[in-house]
Amino acid sequence: MGDLHVMRDDLRPPNPPPKRHLISIGDLTREDVERLLATARTFERSLEREMKKLPTLRGRLVINVFYESSTRTSSSFELAAKRLSADTMSIKAAGSAVDKGESLKDTAITLGAYDPDVIVLRHPHIGAPQLVALVTEARIINAGDGKHQHPTQALLDLYTIQEHVGRIEGLHVAIVGDVLHSRVARSNIQALVLLGARVTLVGPPPLIPRGIEAMGCEATTDIDAIGAADIVYVLRMQKERMQEGANYVPSLREYTARWGVTPERLRPGQKVMHPGPMNRGVEIDPLVADAADALIETQVRAGLVVRMAVLYDLLTTGPKAVTAEVPVEVA
Amino acid sequence: MLYVKGGAKQNLVLRGARALDPVEGVDAQIDVKVDDGVIAELGSNLSPNGHRVIDGAGLVLAPAFVDPHVHLRTPGREDEETIASGTQAAAAGGYCTILAMPNTEPVVDSAAVLGALIEQARAQAEVQVGFLAAISKGQEGAELTEMGELADEGAVGFTDDGRPVVATSLMWRALQYSSITQRPLAVHCEDPTLSRGGHMREGIVSAELGIGGWPSIAESVMVERDLALASYESRTLHLMHLSARASVEAVRRAHAERVRATAEVTPHHLVLTDEAVRSLDPNVKMNPPLGAEDDRKALVEALRDGTISCVATDHAPHARHEKEVPFEAAPFGVTGLETAFAALYTHLVEPGLISLETLLERMSAGPARAYGFDAPRIAVGAPANLVLLDTQAGWQVSEDGFKSRSKNSWLIGEKLRGRVRATVAAGRLVHES
Repeated sequence: MGDLHVMRDDLRPPNPPPKRHLISIGDLTREDVERLLATARTFERSLEREMKKLPTLRGRLVINVFYESSTRTSSSFELAAKRLSADTMSIKAAGSAVDKGESLKDTAITLGAYDPDVIVLRHPHIGAPQLVALVTEARIINAGDGKHQHPTQALLDLYTIQEHVGRIEGLHVAIVGDVLHSRVARSNIQALVLLGARVTLVGPPPLIPRGIEAMGCEATTDIDAIGAADIVYVLRMQKERMQEGANYVPSLREYTARWGVTPERLRPGQKVMHPGPMNRGVEIDPLVADAADALIETQVRAGLVVRMAVLYDLLTTGPKAVTAEVPVEVA
Repeated sequence: MLYVKGGAKQNLVLRGARALDPVEGVDAQIDVKVDDGVIAELGSNLSPNGHRVIDGAGLVLAPAFVDPHVHLRTPGREDEETIASGTQAAAAGGYCTILAMPNTEPVVDSAAVLGALIEQARAQAEVQVGFLAAISKGQEGAELTEMGELADEGAVGFTDDGRPVVATSLMWRALQYSSITQRPLAVHCEDPTLSRGGHMREGIVSAELGIGGWPSIAESVMVERDLALASYESRTLHLMHLSARASVEAVRRAHAERVRATAEVTPHHLVLTDEAVRSLDPNVKMNPPLGAEDDRKALVEALRDGTISCVATDHAPHARHEKEVPFEAAPFGVTGLETAFAALYTHLVEPGLISLETLLERMSAGPARAYGFDAPRIAVGAPANLVLLDTQAGWQVSEDGFKSRSKNSWLIGEKLRGRVRATVAAGRLVHES
């Protein structure tokens, strides 16, 4: 009955040219990821210089559109674009025409009229990046779409691991907490599996999605499973996503008692990561967050160079870049 | 109970088609003569006698289709569908009869609203329309509608479709009271406390995409509940748009215990699975959501063996701008009247999963029986409700071809086999292509 699924491809929106957008880790090959990480390393060295600005994307326009609140992702994208000399604009849903009921399609068309080279989009719904891609000429970077994907977070996490552990292949990573509501978890599972790591999910049964093992990972409810991991990746308890009365966990207190990452549950040498923002004392013990083995601040630093690498990669490779090398003077 | 536009009945001779009526046991290449809208003669080389002749050579002539589940969006959302446009779409799809759901604005919960609709149908309906009325006032799940009066006014059945009847006690009372109306209760089985926040079936695909999961048990536990109530009260129940294997198995068990329950399934649940949602196309978002391959196989088998006796399109028109949004923000529902036969012929009959005869029965006599009205048939003396089908014709579905006011089809761009060449509904030729 294979041909019954013929529909699937036919229903898909027209495929954009390859590598033009970064919507999901699933868009990338292992080679793509390795190239991006190598590019990020180059940028990291460039940032050690006194003059930190590179002329690479001079005259390009990067628009950040954030329908959900964000500190580190929006600021690092903005700084990444500025470090590469691109012009930047940041639109937040609050205070924009979105407040007046404008649809995503119309907002995208409006912004598209400025001919942006890149639109960085964060939106509460999966599929929003594809919709913007359909109605604008810009390359789209997904900075988080609902509970689906947050690919630059996964890339910066890979970069952090690569730089601090030296390898990804063969590592064992335990991802702990609210996997159900986490786009960070989904992107990281895909990325880590792509690069040959072993991934174990740990959390309360209602927060481990049924069928998630099909992504190539293991799942358990037993917190002791983190003991076997090289890296413990702690997810935020997303209180804002917890519907009232949904009873995913009886209480945060019980969550912390059963699944909180505490010094007692770790062994020496285990690295700890967290995408932020942290709820200290909930999913992560403050002592763990501040310990030398925590890579959390490193992750934030990696965010800048990885996002520089993604912008650079999208704008200097792929079909459109060839025709877009017209010198533009910035007024 | 069924209402259609008045007007002259036709005199026709449908010539040379393979007449196929599985219920009447007709399968022969014969001419069918229609006098003043009634089948007058079956035979070879019937003389036209001034009747209009429609050449059916190479085509299949069957009893026209009956759709037990259509949203005509009238009153309230006439921008999405009207009785005129919806029944034109039905005619184009080969239907002689459709049943309209009461989840309109306002809800069909009073004789006044129902009466106005019946009047409109008598003026505009190209095919016969039956109207279901709500089980609860405003479909709010609290108080029963005046079901006796609504039945007297012409309601063909009762449903809160679009919403489940959440309170078990209300469903119980409605079943008890249905002995007064003698009209079936049709139920949309969904436990909203289980489906809340769900935009697609819970499973491997929802886990990977991070889309809120609507578990199959949200349907099947309500199917079990309603079958238990129907059994306890010995009343008739019609289960709408089943989507899960567990629901099908519950119906099969109930049938074995002689519970009087009928069930329907949609073309999209018979053809697609939750894998289709990977496209993030809002036109594969429906309620109940698309199931797993295992569910789909169970639905096909149930349609084949008669556990499910009706194909229902759940034709649910939506305005373009409402569907041009990210998947999770889009409303549930897809259109289906104009593609149902071709979709099922292409995906079930051609691959040999069910026979053409079975499909024709489930699209016509099955739904008529579920609602207790005369099935369309190819027999002398029967009103002419006929469809002429070209099972050889391939075509590509496109928005431009639709008579429906809405274009939210899950089949846009799809190549299908099987076209409706002509539809005769209540004795009038209402579609030709």
